[in-house]
Amino acid sequence: MLLIHCPYCDQQRAEIEFAYAGEAHIARPLDPAAMSDEDWARYLFIRSNPRGRHHERWRHIHGCGRFFNAVRDTATDKFEATYQAGKPRR
Amino acid sequence: MSGLRLDHGGRMDRRRPVSFSFDGATYQGFAGDTLASALLANGVMLFGRSFKYHRPRGLLGAGSEEPNALVSVSRGPGRHTPNLRATGVEVYDGLVATSQHRWPSLKTDLGAINDRLGMFFPAGFYNKTFMWPRSFWDKLYEPVIRRMAGLGEAPSEEDPDHYAATYAHCDLLIVGAGPAGIDAALEASGTAKRVILIDEQDEAGGGALADPALWPWLQESLKDLAAAPNITVLRRTTAFGYYHDNFIGAVERLTDHLAQIGDGAREKLWRIRAGEVILAQGAIERPLVFAGNDVPGVMLASAARTYLHRYGVAVGKSVALVAAHDSGWQDVFALARAGVIVAAIIEVRDRVAAALLAEAEVLGIPVKLGHSVIDVHGRLAVKGITIARNDHSGAARITCDALLMAGGWTPCVHLWSHSKGSLAWDDALGAYVPDQPNEKVRCVGACSGKWNFGSGLVIDALPTPRDQHRIKAFVDFQNDVTAKDITLAVREGFKSIEHIKRYTTTGMATDQGKTSNLNGLQIASQALGRHVTEVGLTTFRPPYTPQTFGALAGHAKDDLFQPTRKTAIDGWAEEHGAVFELVAQWRRARYFPQAGEDMLAAVNRECRAVRSAVGIFDASTLGKIEVVGPDAAEFLNRMYTNPWKALEPGRCRYGLLLKEDGFITDDGVSARLAPDRFHLTTTTGGAARVLNTMEDYLQTEWPDLDVWLTSTTEQWAVIALQGPLARKLLEPLVAGIDLAGDAFPHMAIREGTVCGVPARLFRVSFTGELGFEINVPAAYGRALWERLMTDGAACGITPYGTEAMHVLRAEKGFIIVGQDTDGTVTPNDAGLDWAVGKKKPDFVGRRSLSRPDIVAPGRKQLVGLLTDDPAVVLEEGAQIVADPAQSIPMKMIGHVTSAYWSETLGRSIALALVAGGHARLGETLYLPMPGQVVRAKVSGMVFFDPAGARLNV
Ligand SMILES: [Zn+2]
Repeated sequence: MLLIHCPYCDQQRAEIEFAYAGEAHIARPLDPAAMSDEDWARYLFIRSNPRGRHHERWRHIHGCGRFFNAVRDTATDKFEATYQAGKPRR
Repeated sequence: MSGLRLDHGGRMDRRRPVSFSFDGATYQGFAGDTLASALLANGVMLFGRSFKYHRPRGLLGAGSEEPNALVSVSRGPGRHTPNLRATGVEVYDGLVATSQHRWPSLKTDLGAINDRLGMFFPAGFYNKTFMWPRSFWDKLYEPVIRRMAGLGEAPSEEDPDHYAATYAHCDLLIVGAGPAGIDAALEASGTAKRVILIDEQDEAGGGALADPALWPWLQESLKDLAAAPNITVLRRTTAFGYYHDNFIGAVERLTDHLAQIGDGAREKLWRIRAGEVILAQGAIERPLVFAGNDVPGVMLASAARTYLHRYGVAVGKSVALVAAHDSGWQDVFALARAGVIVAAIIEVRDRVAAALLAEAEVLGIPVKLGHSVIDVHGRLAVKGITIARNDHSGAARITCDALLMAGGWTPCVHLWSHSKGSLAWDDALGAYVPDQPNEKVRCVGACSGKWNFGSGLVIDALPTPRDQHRIKAFVDFQNDVTAKDITLAVREGFKSIEHIKRYTTTGMATDQGKTSNLNGLQIASQALGRHVTEVGLTTFRPPYTPQTFGALAGHAKDDLFQPTRKTAIDGWAEEHGAVFELVAQWRRARYFPQAGEDMLAAVNRECRAVRSAVGIFDASTLGKIEVVGPDAAEFLNRMYTNPWKALEPGRCRYGLLLKEDGFITDDGVSARLAPDRFHLTTTTGGAARVLNTMEDYLQTEWPDLDVWLTSTTEQWAVIALQGPLARKLLEPLVAGIDLAGDAFPHMAIREGTVCGVPARLFRVSFTGELGFEINVPAAYGRALWERLMTDGAACGITPYGTEAMHVLRAEKGFIIVGQDTDGTVTPNDAGLDWAVGKKKPDFVGRRSLSRPDIVAPGRKQLVGLLTDDPAVVLEEGAQIVADPAQSIPMKMIGHVTSAYWSETLGRSIALALVAGGHARLGETLYLPMPGQVVRAKVSGMVFFDPAGARLNV
């Protein structure tokens, strides 16, 4: 079970307090109506799925309730960083 | 009969004899014995039959590495534990153990025919043989394999034991209480660190338990540890898995060793988070690979020393040693000093240290350097061995009743590998040793490759003049894999150890190859002509030793498997004989049968009451979210398909929620209480998911919106009053709200009091009748319910459950998200286009509604189905075809999502998802069912009161 640092609580807590929430930094397009079907499908379905550094979202669902971003290595499961939503990509 | 109890020595308590049974025979042992040592002391050498060839097997080791001596222990119904290692079963008075894999008996086992047919059981046998013909599987292969193979028997009764679980946190966790682990703990004893020292055995000490010279040190050390307030020592506790961030799973066995078990938990699961971990798991001795190395009585030299010193048992009266490592010499020296005859030392190496030779001479032990064992005589027990020089000359026979093997040592890197620490090959040890850590962990003692056992030769299989392909020289004892199997796999083209492992099954048994992996690797390396490090290394995975499902499940079973959520009115329903069903985690009343009623009769009566008088329904489980803030309307406008900004305070709206992919995910009626305050409802099962999704958008996409979301599901008790008499019943109890039809129309909300209790009163209907949903603070729910029951008695008030609710809503064509939709249904598919705000530029999922797949013809659409025979109620899930005469497999064009007997209409009704359904109105479709094909016509979804006349009264 991982230990995850919540950047809002500023605490290292056990994984069971958190919920995974998919890849990070995929902003909802501001004007979906202006997008082509292909671009919209890419937004909906295509994810980077890397081996290695992965930017992803977690929610401290049984803690402060906040969504935040993290960089985790998908091969080693090591967290490189966690940071608040809205902060620049690490 | 060869093993025997010596009249001195050992750590068991000779003043406390115990009596136990093995395969029906009664034996005596002492408290402190394992089943292995006690049986050995009674001369028992035969412990089980092997997995594939059913060969007689005895003890190979003395610890948790034991691959052969697997036994079952029974202590009453549901308390049958198979596949226990006899070396780890502590004897107690009345212990009942049996051997496994024998039929009809251990000494006469019919499966042993497999052994003589060995040439027909090569590597990959199962893969090669049982592929064809298919029809042989059910009648021949599977029943035969099932009886002959498999490890032990699972108990058929429910486990009556219970299991505990705990979390623990420490600064330092030490795994293994041998000398290295104890030293590490002593070192930390003077510090402020919280320390946990874990050991799998009944007694701490590890290797020191087999070395009387260390016993005074051990006693002192354990006393010091017991006195140290910061150190917790857990015995009979196996650290079975090492997980991320120094999280270690361990199981403590609490009662399996007791003659009398009380009410306490049988085992306890420890989930330990450690600041630092020290692994002191020791090393495991390696067998040597030669013909007959599995005959009962052939065992590891270190095990013989353990039986001698720890249990006062000689493994034989006259033993021989075959060694490639110095440590075996010391082991037989110890036996010789204890009075056991050592018939010979057969040493594979041509030269050994002069001190060893000198000691052997002093003890009068004949030594054969540069020799190997080429055969073992005896089938149920060792009777003798044949040896030969390594150049194959000079074959000679030696009589002995046990043969000890000293093949060198393998550091126990299992947990290290779980933690993803890297390994480095050590040519001198012929083993992998821990290299770079991946967690805050280090290895100490023998598991780091540092030991004082002397040195040895790394060898694959012993030289033999015999045809390697006609002898059985075992590598993996538990899975019956021989050296020949591995060389055959290599000849057949397998190059990676991962493939060789799976093809031959070496290392894949419950012992994960503790004694076999390195020998298998050496043999594969020789056969491939490549260095071991180029052959690869298989991965150790948890659990280190098999653990019970009970320990892993812990408290999470029966009533504690998951919480059962109950409404404020649940107690009333229970007292009034409700039949319950689980909806998500909620327990809901499904129907309220009266004397003599089955479900259909009860539901029909409940439906009649709602349509003709008034029904009362506990709707408290509906998800509820309070949405507050200046941007609340803007937020809901973006989330839901329909427009919210223009909704006036005091009005309700049916809201449809999509995912971004355009598919329906939830729905519910919501109310605007004030310009900046909404009372949302969601489906019972979707409440948490909807709140999470809304929080997600609010926090990450639109953080500029000033809105607060609060779950209020459990704050409100919700009582639905539905039926033509609902208003009449409610009116006298309400203050501050005018219930008249024009003042309080359908889809409106008012705040006031009901029976003096503050209430949010919805005028809504999920039944098609005049209806109200009364929200009162949960604590008042049951009192209000009881008052309504009392006051409503005169007008025939009838409690109804979820089943009647389903029927009533289906009659009106109201969908249930998750039943009539399945995550691939759009608003258009569900006939809910009216709920989509065409003029809204955007909302969650809107863009997807024009995706090519979503607008393509032929999508499955929700329609009504009316069976030609009105008495036939379709089965939910039944598949629909257009042409029942087509050949099988038929083309299925849809399925039934809801189907009921409608008491109101006096016939069956159904909803179904059908390809191109909206264009099929009036078409006859077919449902092939067992014994008949049901005909049904496609209809609209609203079966009752399509104009809604009954609502607007
Ligand atoms: Zn937090």
